[in-house]
Amino acid sequence: MTKTGTIYGINGPIVHVKGDVGFEMHEMVAVGPNHLVGEVIGLSSQSTTIQVYEETTGIRPGETVTGSGAPVSAVLAPGILSNIFDGIERPLKEIAKTGGDYIPRGVNVDSLDREKLWDTHITVKKGDQLFPGSIIAEVPETPAIVHKVMIPPDLEGYVTDVVEDGKYTIDQKLLTLQLPDGTERDITMTQRWPIRVPRPAAKRFPPTVPLITGQRILDTMFPLAKGGTAAIPGGFGTGKTMTQHQIAKWSDADIIIYIGCGERGNEMTQVLEEFSQLIDPKSGNPLMDRTTLIANTSNMPVAAREASLYSGLTLAEYYRDMGYHVAIMADSTSRWAEALRELSGRLEEMPAEEGFPAYLASRLSAFYERAGMMQNLNGTEGSVSIIGAVSPQGGDFSEPVTMNTKRFVRCFWGLDKSLAYARHFPAIQWLSSYSEYLTDLAPWYTAHVDRKFVDYRNRLVYLLTQESNLMEIVKLIGSDVLPDDQKLILEIARVIRVGFLQQNAFHADDTCVPLSKQFKMMETILYLYKKSRALISMGMPMSVLKEDKIFDQVITMKYDIPNNKPEMFDDYKKMIDRFYDDVVERNA
Amino acid sequence: MTVEYLGLSKINGPLVVLEGVRGAAYDEIVEMTVNGAEPRLGRIIEIYDDRAVIQVYEGTDGMALRNTHTRLTGHPMELGVSEKMLGRTFNGIGVPIDGLGEIEPDKMLDVNGKPLNPVTREYPRNYIRTGISAIDGLTTLIRGQKLPIFSGNGLPHDQLAAQIVQQASLGEDSDEKFAIVFAAMGVKYDVADFFRRTFEESGVSDHVAMFINLANDPVVERLITPKVALTLAEYLAFEKEMHILVILTDMTSFAEAMREVSSSKGEIPSRKGYPGYLYSELAAIYERAGIVAGKNGSVTQIPILTMPGDDITHPIPDLTGYITEGQIVLDRLLQGQSIYPPINVLPSLSRLMKDGIGEGYTRKDHRDVANQLFSSYAKVGDARALASVIGEDELSPIDKKYLEFGKAFEARFVGQDPHENRTIMDTLSIGWELLGMLPREELDRIDTKILDEFYHPAPLSE
Repeated sequence: MTKTGTIYGINGPIVHVKGDVGFEMHEMVAVGPNHLVGEVIGLSSQSTTIQVYEETTGIRPGETVTGSGAPVSAVLAPGILSNIFDGIERPLKEIAKTGGDYIPRGVNVDSLDREKLWDTHITVKKGDQLFPGSIIAEVPETPAIVHKVMIPPDLEGYVTDVVEDGKYTIDQKLLTLQLPDGTERDITMTQRWPIRVPRPAAKRFPPTVPLITGQRILDTMFPLAKGGTAAIPGGFGTGKTMTQHQIAKWSDADIIIYIGCGERGNEMTQVLEEFSQLIDPKSGNPLMDRTTLIANTSNMPVAAREASLYSGLTLAEYYRDMGYHVAIMADSTSRWAEALRELSGRLEEMPAEEGFPAYLASRLSAFYERAGMMQNLNGTEGSVSIIGAVSPQGGDFSEPVTMNTKRFVRCFWGLDKSLAYARHFPAIQWLSSYSEYLTDLAPWYTAHVDRKFVDYRNRLVYLLTQESNLMEIVKLIGSDVLPDDQKLILEIARVIRVGFLQQNAFHADDTCVPLSKQFKMMETILYLYKKSRALISMGMPMSVLKEDKIFDQVITMKYDIPNNKPEMFDDYKKMIDRFYDDVVERNA
Repeated sequence: MTVEYLGLSKINGPLVVLEGVRGAAYDEIVEMTVNGAEPRLGRIIEIYDDRAVIQVYEGTDGMALRNTHTRLTGHPMELGVSEKMLGRTFNGIGVPIDGLGEIEPDKMLDVNGKPLNPVTREYPRNYIRTGISAIDGLTTLIRGQKLPIFSGNGLPHDQLAAQIVQQASLGEDSDEKFAIVFAAMGVKYDVADFFRRTFEESGVSDHVAMFINLANDPVVERLITPKVALTLAEYLAFEKEMHILVILTDMTSFAEAMREVSSSKGEIPSRKGYPGYLYSELAAIYERAGIVAGKNGSVTQIPILTMPGDDITHPIPDLTGYITEGQIVLDRLLQGQSIYPPINVLPSLSRLMKDGIGEGYTRKDHRDVANQLFSSYAKVGDARALASVIGEDELSPIDKKYLEFGKAFEARFVGQDPHENRTIMDTLSIGWELLGMLPREELDRIDTKILDEFYHPAPLSE
């Protein structure tokens, strides 16, 4: 029954099979005597091209390739969360148990634990009519997340038999479904879904709710919507990974899928260690309980790097179908693009820009378009947000991956080298970054935070833009010659930059700041500006204003006011009033 | 199984093509004998049916289409490893060249290694004191880290690496086993000799294994040199529980060699003629640094690379920076001011530093001092740019203070004697002295409590 082919040639991760042996495009195959995992990526009557997800060392011409009859798929069932997988959903913890410290080749382990008994609460009864995506059972997967077992998107029918509540493995039958054509089908907790095919949803909603991250420059300045897409480009050392970690830790998504694509092994270890210890402030459980890691470190095989993004997306869409808000961190999409380039080079395809294949743009757009706020088939609402790091070559944003990514994301958080050199973190450049979601989200901010929120945010941006214009002059002639009202703008912009935009990820309070505090901070800064401007217009020189410590006090309010004591902002208002009166009194 | 094939069908630079092969495997090592001389090693890098493309490590000199005998070995490149390799010198593929005889191997290991499972890694946290302020204070080296030195031709990267080796090996916890694996790829004879002498003079040469591929040695050989060296390093670290410091110099020659082979293979180049898999290949080397959970050893890497044209955006330093955990960047301007080590701290970075410093590791003010020094020194650049336009005299008093601070920072914090071994406390107190030159309100990166405890304004002027 199974189709087999004979290996003819090997070039790195690419293996050629002589002739057409009836494999399908994207079919999963087992290569050689070790049964290395591979995927069919090209077919012609003369030869079949296969990319192998493991090292091809030792493969010989003449060895067999066996087809599996199914495309490369993800296994979807309880046990995904708080787990770490490689690029093709093999559990690294299990591999470590059998394979030792290093990742051996041709390991044959199940993606998910098939022995474990899960507490199952059945939510349907005999005779119910079920549709694609209908929820049939609830399983507490981790203390934080209830896993909802669903009918696969391609099935529907009537329940003819159903088990009692109890403990079941992911392979045991939960119910029997009578399909419209009369045949019966056993339904278990497990679904398989091809990783390159988006899971269907009923409809798309416009983005109207922000993904709150607790990071001021993101939430206030350049917000991302739930179901939105964002790119973080930046040269090495500018803090892409740090920003991704912060979002993974503090954002209000229900589930985080963290894809380490071609990045450092130590970073994945760090996420694993840190997230197991850190407690999610909302649920009181370890962050790892809502997180899944996909690790294809830079020294793991390159073809699996290409697949890792799709594996992650499929897991994310599966949880979205349950009605959860999922955020994907893809670190980094450039490594994925380079994997495409490497494979394309081995296939001797005609390169487009800088050796990247011509289909780079369409692959990127297909990836980002799988994000969205959806109404699922079962009527629940869920979202997949994608935050992709981009590592541009030489830190130059005009290279192909950054340029093409910019076309398909609506939120651009550009990291800046000179900010990183000055250790201004997060090093997101406020002038070159943008968020197209701002207008979509404005009603939400008005309703949930304050009606002045967007107005204040725009005023801060305006001050920063003015500062940048003034700095052009300062660079030429120094700041001494500026009139006092412009000096004030420089000073207030400094307060905004250091006191508001800069955020300390290692400070207990400052690492994650609620929106209400972000708003109050803006209000205080703008109040200081208003009062100082009044003084300047009365003819007070800036040097007199700066004798007071108030500017530095406002800068450090992010540390001095705990997140749970918003009433302390009233004291700052009083301090600013006192400063105003003082200056007037002394210089009257 | 020992079939020998006579003759070749093509020779192109370091690559040869052999036709009519049966049972050859991808990545397999072959032995090639020319006129009965010592066999040369080659690796099968592409195979189509009975036609194998072989990359010959020791060069194709003297090979003809008819005089070469090729024998398949049936396994990928292996290195016989043993603890006795310390104190010895080898060529680029691990054959002893010091005339002290063969090594009796404990076991044979595949030099390509395998990726370390992230689950079994341990996140590195213990810092290595190098005695160099710019490194200890601002870009702290952590055991198990890969921290390259980005340098240029004519800059003292070799001295710096040698100083790190000397001073790091004299750490306080010297009861732990420590060894150095040194791999030279395409370096000048003088450079290799400099390292050998330095190891001898500092009395560590019994703990050093040297793998030398000189600039005039075969180019392809240096493609395997770092892998051979790291195979020994991993064996010593994870099976013999030693702390290994690996020096790889010069990674630029390694990448150049890869470009050379790729172009003779006729591959499609990506950037500046380098093959598309340069990133994967570099990663396969750098990612072999680290710590395995439950093992008492570690592999720390200090690769050295010379940036072509001092250009940090060149593909080699660029891709390296994306893989390694930071970088130490040397600067020609500082070198011109006779400052040693000429480390430009602004682009330098240690990613693992944040978890290896502070209370319990170094001192609680370390992180704040480092951040403040970075931020203040970045402002020095602005002040200097302004001074070059309007003249120093026209600067505001605070900008003048920054100029003064910048000068003192370069001379006293960055600059130090090549033999000076500073403690972390020395380094931090120099840092505070320098910060004392700036008014307190300029120090916006330091927690108020720490400022209260440590900040003392400098006396007006000496």
